[in-house]
Amino acid sequence: MVQKIGLAHGEGGELTHQLIQDVFVKSFGHGVQTKLDSAILPGMINNMAVTTDSFVVNPIFFPGGNIGKLAITGTVNDLAVCGAIPRFITAGFILEEGFPVNDLKKIAQSMAEEAERAGVHIVAGDTKVVEKGSADGLFINTTGIGELQETHRPNPEKMKKGDVVIISGTIGDHGVSILGARNELGLMTDVASDCASLNHLIQDLTNEVGDIRIMRDPTRGGLATTLVEICEDFQVTIELGEDSIPIRKDVQGACDILGFDPLYLANEGKMVFIVDSSLAERAIHIIKQNEFGRDAEVIGQVSSLESGKLLLRTPFGTTRRLQRLSGMLLPRIC
Amino acid sequence: MESLETLSDPALARQSLEAVVELAGEFKKKFGRVPVLMEVCGSHTMAFAKSGLKTRLKDHVRLIAGPGCPVCVTDQKSIDAMIQLAEGSNRILCTFGDMMRVPGSKVSLMNSKTDGKDIRVIYSPLDSVKIAEENPDKEVILLGIGFETTIPILTLAIREAERKELKNYSVWMTTKLVEPVMRALLDSGEVKLDGFILPGHVSVVLGKKSFDFLVEDYQISGVITGFEPVQLLSGIYKLLELLLENKFDVLNDYPSVVKDEGNLTAQKLLKQYLRLHDEDWRGMGTIPGSGLVLKEEYAQFDAKKRYEVSVGEPRKTKCRCGEIIRGLINPESCVLFNKGCTPAHPIGPCMVSTEGTCAAHYQYMRGE
Repeated sequence: MVQKIGLAHGEGGELTHQLIQDVFVKSFGHGVQTKLDSAILPGMINNMAVTTDSFVVNPIFFPGGNIGKLAITGTVNDLAVCGAIPRFITAGFILEEGFPVNDLKKIAQSMAEEAERAGVHIVAGDTKVVEKGSADGLFINTTGIGELQETHRPNPEKMKKGDVVIISGTIGDHGVSILGARNELGLMTDVASDCASLNHLIQDLTNEVGDIRIMRDPTRGGLATTLVEICEDFQVTIELGEDSIPIRKDVQGACDILGFDPLYLANEGKMVFIVDSSLAERAIHIIKQNEFGRDAEVIGQVSSLESGKLLLRTPFGTTRRLQRLSGMLLPRIC
Repeated sequence: MESLETLSDPALARQSLEAVVELAGEFKKKFGRVPVLMEVCGSHTMAFAKSGLKTRLKDHVRLIAGPGCPVCVTDQKSIDAMIQLAEGSNRILCTFGDMMRVPGSKVSLMNSKTDGKDIRVIYSPLDSVKIAEENPDKEVILLGIGFETTIPILTLAIREAERKELKNYSVWMTTKLVEPVMRALLDSGEVKLDGFILPGHVSVVLGKKSFDFLVEDYQISGVITGFEPVQLLSGIYKLLELLLENKFDVLNDYPSVVKDEGNLTAQKLLKQYLRLHDEDWRGMGTIPGSGLVLKEEYAQFDAKKRYEVSVGEPRKTKCRCGEIIRGLINPESCVLFNKGCTPAHPIGPCMVSTEGTCAAHYQYMRGE
């Protein structure tokens, strides 16, 4: 166990996983309700889902959004993937002395607009200011509360061989957008972040198709890490087809130049769904109806119910195993 | 110019793969064994692993990763010295990201950064000049690591610092040259090879001619190769053709960017600023004339002249990176691989670098 927290502990990959296991799981335990993006709280009127998240993205403003919009979309999506309808959000702000009030207004306005789009209410908040140098401009912590719809809850235990994996659109947009906005790389890119609330898309899909095995939003660690976690948590082997994974050309180009793999770059407006193969066509049709699902594709399938492995089949027939994100140095992306 | 679409065309890649497998079969029929080829470029190592080609070809062509990752071949003492550099006060250390987590005998640069040292990851050496300009009250040191691909850019940074008359800027040169290490490998006779997949990027700078020594002095072939799957397969195919015809040659299979003479502007920069130096290599000791350091007239930019570091003998571990970069063993043969040594907790540099053999194996071939 390391003695000090390093930046790599926040990348959402192997080190993050180990830290959670070594510190939090040891102290708090790891109940059934903690395996998903939101905790399901039984015994309340209409079971509640609750999630919490912190936002430390740098830069605070980036193409396609800002830290405020991201705080709402991220929290809404964490609730929605568990089959909950997002209802309320609280927001705590940690502000660094000297932060421009105008920027704070813009951020608050973005949060209000995004909350309205998503149909959630911002109901409580808190503001703390720390001395210059004690924080990087602005951090936001949120709590999201949602109402669980039992009929829409994913059923990962029903996963079976042949189930298909769907991604709701192109991958890596948010990661490249942040890398470009940081302007450290001389990247001439105008890729916009994909940050978006996907609760309506999910709602449409669950209303029409029902029976979703599992849904996840592939944020930190990207598509590959998210699917590795699914494979390990539920002991299934998933095989992806490399050429069916949608990637924007400019995102792929930026990754080629910088040596990043888009499979491991963050997304903030994408969902991965696993559904019964008989429902795949219908699911794709519904997802594509939504403005945030236009580029949805079937990208793979559950190939066996044995050892939890994620495999990638290349266009020329070779197969390689994908692991969690490991040892990549990435900027603060959410 | 080949278009990238062509190079990543799956149908073409499948055909190329079948052709390579067929030719490798002919080789096996003729010589009673599989051909053994070495790639001497870390990006090739990664590309073979990431594309799945290394796994797919393992029964047909044995691909050995050579000493082509600049971080991996850096001697442990040099790494300890660079980490110690960061400890000095009033300093900003600039480095490529790969160096951050390379373990020294006690700590890594990442640990030093966590402890509050000012260490910055840069993506171009020119960024470090800008940092020096913006921080005139700090000493800015760039860790100059790399092969011939990177060295010209290091000299560009020095030229820029010279032009701006910066007094607070220097480079800690620990650069490496490809030809001397290939000669050292071949002279040692430790590894029996049938041919080399030659580095594409290094060849852009040096030109095809720089590898003619392979045929003239060693009677062994090499093919300069690109990095897309189709190019990798084409390089292997051409090497197999030469082997089956009992011919020795150095071929340029990356003509869109590699010329016979190389990049003369880059070569001129190297000659202007740098001189040959006996460099220490991990697992190989000192190889005469295998590195470049700043000439005496540029001593003001030479961090090794400006700063005193004293490092003891490196801590001994069971790490076998030294043998891995010489192509003697596979990562899985190291007792530490995926046990004590992972990218999250690396013990050897081959597990850290984005071009490292162990990192490639861990990320793309572990558990197969």
